[in-house]
Amino acid sequence: MSEEKIGVYICHCGTNIAKVVDVEDVAEWAGNQPNVEVSREYKFMCSSLGQDLIEEDIKEKGLTRIVVSSCSPHMHEKTFRTACERGGLNPFMFEMANIREHDSWTTDDETAATQKAKALTNAAIERVVHHEALEQLPVEINPNTLVVGGGIAGITAALELADGGRHVYLVEREPSIGGHMAQLDKTFPTLDCSACILTPKMVDAGQHPNITLLTWSEVEKVDGFIGNFTVSIRKKARYVNEEHCTGCGICIEKCPFNVVDDIFEAGMGDRKVIYRPFPQAVPKYPVIDKENCVYFQKGKCKACEKFCPTEPNSIEFDQQDEILTVDVGNIILATGFQLFDSTKIPQYGYGRLPNVFTGIEFERMVNASGPTDGKIVLRDKKTAPKSVAIIHCVGSRDENYHKYCSKICCMYSLKFAHLVHERIPDAEVYNCYIDMRTPGKGYEEFYNRLLEEGTHFIRGKVAEVTNAARKPEEKGKLIVQVEDTLIGRQRRVPVDMVILSPAMEAQPDSKEISQLFKMGCDFDGFFTERHPKLDPVATMTDGILIAGACQGPKDVPDSVAQGAAAAARVAGLINLGTVMMEPVRASINQEDCSGCRICNNMCPYNAIVFHADRKVSEVITALCQGCGTCVAACPSGIISGAHFTNDQLFSQIEGILWDVRPEKELVSA
Amino acid sequence: MSEKPKLAMYWAASCGGCEISVLNIHEHILTVDSIFDIAFFPCIADFKVHHVENYPDGYIDVCLWNGAIRNSESEHMAHLLRQKSKVLVAYGSCAYEGCIPALSNLTSKAATFNTVYGENHSLDNPNQVVPLTSVDVAEGTLTLPEFYHTVQSLDQVVDVDYYLPGCPPEPPQIWAVLQVVVAGLLEGAPLPPKGSIVGVTNTAVCEECDRVKSEKAIERFYRPYEITPDPEVCLLDQGLVCMGLATRGGCGALCPQVNMGCRGCYGPMPGVEDQGAKMLSAIASVIGAGEPGMEDAELEEKIGAVVDTIVDPAGTFYRFSMAHSLLRRAKVNGNGKG
Repeated sequence: MSEEKIGVYICHCGTNIAKVVDVEDVAEWAGNQPNVEVSREYKFMCSSLGQDLIEEDIKEKGLTRIVVSSCSPHMHEKTFRTACERGGLNPFMFEMANIREHDSWTTDDETAATQKAKALTNAAIERVVHHEALEQLPVEINPNTLVVGGGIAGITAALELADGGRHVYLVEREPSIGGHMAQLDKTFPTLDCSACILTPKMVDAGQHPNITLLTWSEVEKVDGFIGNFTVSIRKKARYVNEEHCTGCGICIEKCPFNVVDDIFEAGMGDRKVIYRPFPQAVPKYPVIDKENCVYFQKGKCKACEKFCPTEPNSIEFDQQDEILTVDVGNIILATGFQLFDSTKIPQYGYGRLPNVFTGIEFERMVNASGPTDGKIVLRDKKTAPKSVAIIHCVGSRDENYHKYCSKICCMYSLKFAHLVHERIPDAEVYNCYIDMRTPGKGYEEFYNRLLEEGTHFIRGKVAEVTNAARKPEEKGKLIVQVEDTLIGRQRRVPVDMVILSPAMEAQPDSKEISQLFKMGCDFDGFFTERHPKLDPVATMTDGILIAGACQGPKDVPDSVAQGAAAAARVAGLINLGTVMMEPVRASINQEDCSGCRICNNMCPYNAIVFHADRKVSEVITALCQGCGTCVAACPSGIISGAHFTNDQLFSQIEGILWDVRPEKELVSA
Repeated sequence: MSEKPKLAMYWAASCGGCEISVLNIHEHILTVDSIFDIAFFPCIADFKVHHVENYPDGYIDVCLWNGAIRNSESEHMAHLLRQKSKVLVAYGSCAYEGCIPALSNLTSKAATFNTVYGENHSLDNPNQVVPLTSVDVAEGTLTLPEFYHTVQSLDQVVDVDYYLPGCPPEPPQIWAVLQVVVAGLLEGAPLPPKGSIVGVTNTAVCEECDRVKSEKAIERFYRPYEITPDPEVCLLDQGLVCMGLATRGGCGALCPQVNMGCRGCYGPMPGVEDQGAKMLSAIASVIGAGEPGMEDAELEEKIGAVVDTIVDPAGTFYRFSMAHSLLRRAKVNGNGKG
């Protein structure tokens, strides 16, 4: 037995643990385990009084190791490590057993929970004996930041940092920044003109001396870690020289070919083959759509080049993609969302019944610079509807599609109703909703305003939209079949136009993005925050932050708040200059390395170098992030991972199996 | 008897190669003979078990034990020789780790018997006669040792002082170890700490192998007969499974020098619990399959196709170390099926 003196502390966590786990029993039992000098239970170990217990016991009883059985290390490992440090102990002489998330919260079975608490505590006791004193490593923070995504969240984050004097690389995959907000006409509940409040920010971001704007660009590769990321960005060929182009737009005007604009105009309007997505686009330089360009496809035309007035000519048909490499200290992901594809719900008729529109099509329609100059018309582009039904929760709150509430649809559906009333005063408007969800400043008031404007509210989930008339008055109409749960009757509502309010969903490539940046995303594809309440913009990967709808459905004010919050977090780190890193690192015993080179291409941080002269490999400590990949891979077992040594892990495993030690009967038949 | 130190060598479940390896130290065997009295050495001298039983405890100075613990007899002899020996050495891979006999831990006793005495093309056993531990005949009761379900290494049965790995150990290492033992016995020189693995280096076999190693991305594995390897290039880099990187050195990398991948007989590196698991982990880390961004299912399929080119992974990675590994044996039913 070693001569270590261990202090064990079992936390009640109020009743969170104590209601299922017999903490007194666990504490008494732990007191009888080898090396345990003192064992206590306490109501809240994380309280100052709880921490004082540890501190005093270390000083008075000469404890050399500490075990706390309480919640997840994510919550309080730091708290208790600091308590150890105050007591005069190296903070890594501490081990935490999670008897809350891993135990008391998982069962009501008191006997089993108490037994498991003992197993987890014993694992920690047996492990902590093998702990070694470690020192934290300072890492310098590169003051430059990468912001991925040029919607309102990303623009806000970039501007906050740039205004504070820090350099930002703002990367956007589309030809212009602005995101979804640029497509909208009005924003709820104030009915501000969306473009009027967004474009000043876009212009700021475009002209800011501290912002390098990289549109029509995508991040391809991310190496490194907090403070020291190296990012490769593909700047796709625009076929327009940004240095020479003045943004005059003559090339766009002269381009003889139109194509349907599926992205910005949501298929409602056309654009030229050389185009900028919208008049206020930032940057102002157009881009050639190579797939549809007659010159690229057939080798003839070059109208844009012929008419370009700049000297030298700005059109460059031979432009190639460029790969830029930038070094940054932090990365803010604000990659946004996409809208649910309404054709997935065929009974609502979208794509089949012409006068069923999606929310974004309607947004473009009511936009003064949109394809109908702001007029609300049917698919024939002439007839104004006399009646409109707006269907909420299309793809949201639906077991078949997304279980979650998309949060913004009630409000934008109310906004649609208002806009119909405003543009076609005598039109009848029906909003079919499941529940009206309008939490937010001024939101409920907006709902009340719509009630007064004469909108018909039908509480019920729409069953189908059909053009099969049963009565004369339904002829030529779209009939919305819906159960009105407030009057307890099925209703058939004949209307001229139906607007679907689709769910917000994660970007289709959000999983790849999360792998690229080595952070998590949930089953719905939204990025996972470090803590849902207390740390919403950080991720489990240090130096990678998230903001806006890539984290979950969000409206403009929330996205802006998150963008600013992420920027504030980054600014704080930059101000600090250095960050202390966990000393959990791999190291190679140079004398014992046989130079087999298994580990050489393992390291995701490129922290391993091979010395050809001495035929040994070495881990560069400053680059190592302690992931343990090489430790597991090393066939000779001579790469060791600090704080995760074989002794530590095996003793932890044996400790947890204390009541089921391997049987001997395997030997005889 | 003279006052020379007493040497014993015993074989349990083994092939006899370890005995030959002792004789293979060439003229040094004469030195061994001049220094030691042989107290027990069934391979070369006619001793009976009752001779050993009559020795006082600790009478034998050094006992080189080779072979794994396969049956009740080998277990009995292990206890007996432990009791009679001052220094008990687990000599060779079978005693140290179980070696080839312990590969039967992947199946059951019944299945092993079936292969040896039952269904086998080279057998003619119409009455399905199998060994019994006891059988009554006219002259009395005949007994045989009990065949165990699981093969064990020597140290899983008795306390072991030193381990000398290898299948078999290499002559220079044997002679070096004997010299240390002799110096300890005759001159009182300090012996290595109890539990030491002797006759080895602290680096992997790769250290002793001159082949040029590169960063690895293996797209398929080959069996030795399938390719003629480049003599200058690391065998693993060429897709030949070579255990050298997970195997303790000391042999001089003999096998890789003659185009044969290291089999792993010197056992795991210091501090490694499970040589087979380490090798698996290393191999899994360098499989070159798939493209970045590939869907998980497709990637899994591609990796699976590469892994499938390794024939008999358990027998390859645990060829010598099964009994002493974390696995120890497979969980099987009576028919030897998992």
